[in-house]
Amino acid sequence: MSQKDWPLWEVFIRSRQGLDHKHVGSLHASDARMAMENARDVYTRRQEGVSIWVVESKNIHASNPDEAAQFFDPAEDKVYRHPTFYNVPDDIEHM
Amino acid sequence: MKNELIDYVLHLADTSLILGQRLGEWCGHAFVLEQDIAITNISLDLIGQSRSLYQYAAELLNDGRDEDALCMMRNEREFKNLLLVEIPNGDFAQTLARQFYFDVYHELQCQALLNSKDERLKAIAEKSLKEVRYHVTWSAEWVIRLGDGTQESHDRIQKSINEVWMWTEELMSTAPYEKELIEKGIAPDSSSFKIPWMNKVKEILKEATLTLPADETKQSGGKVGTHTEFLGYILADLQHIQRSYPGLKW
Repeated sequence: MSQKDWPLWEVFIRSRQGLDHKHVGSLHASDARMAMENARDVYTRRQEGVSIWVVESKNIHASNPDEAAQFFDPAEDKVYRHPTFYNVPDDIEHM
Repeated sequence: MKNELIDYVLHLADTSLILGQRLGEWCGHAFVLEQDIAITNISLDLIGQSRSLYQYAAELLNDGRDEDALCMMRNEREFKNLLLVEIPNGDFAQTLARQFYFDVYHELQCQALLNSKDERLKAIAEKSLKEVRYHVTWSAEWVIRLGDGTQESHDRIQKSINEVWMWTEELMSTAPYEKELIEKGIAPDSSSFKIPWMNKVKEILKEATLTLPADETKQSGGKVGTHTEFLGYILADLQHIQRSYPGLKW
């Protein structure tokens, strides 16, 4: 009997109120269809969601923690990139 | 007519309850966590359906017994579940073969009950149907996956498909208490499920590269209370706390 493990999948769920799919966890499944059903059974049994995305974990490429300094630190002192320096006229609402 | 309806509602309730109890035996024992949860989800769907039916039966009986009494305090011969649902889980393939045969039938039954003249049965069927549609998807896909998988998975699911076959004829049989209900448009005629049931089973088995079992000896009797030796053990498991400590609550 083949002892091969099923691949790992990452699960993203959009809640009823949500606009975006949020990462909720991972699971094992042999193919995308099974991953979808497993996600339905494992992650939506308490009405957590109305839409599911699954993606095989190997297809997710993560930034390298060793490079965090050069990736993220340079943004620290660039406050001018936030649009907080504009004067918003009084009659513009919902800003 | 009322007694017939009570028998019929109990038959539906008992069938869902016993299969739910059987599937519950997998809790903590399935081969992967994801399927452990999938199987117990189905178990809880079925137990939920049986509750709605027992509540209805209790109202019809109106003799002081509630849903718990009907579930926990009736004897083996009073249970009217299909024999199919009381056979042991065996390995996953046997649980699956049993589930697949049942789910295809259960979907046809819920669909037919949408046309029932009994509003309560209709409402329960409507709610159950969404759950049952997922059960069919789950079990049919697993039959295909195992049948069309490795040589070992193919052989094992074929063996179970063959072994469980003898319990399926009862699904399409009619108990004496159903006759009048069928005439009155309250219960569907189970024999009308035979062709669509066979078509769906054939379609899935073909996709799974499995062969339809040959006709052989068939067993029935559950619908009228004549059970296999397995039911007594299930009821002992299910009922012994309530029997030992009547009225005990969590």
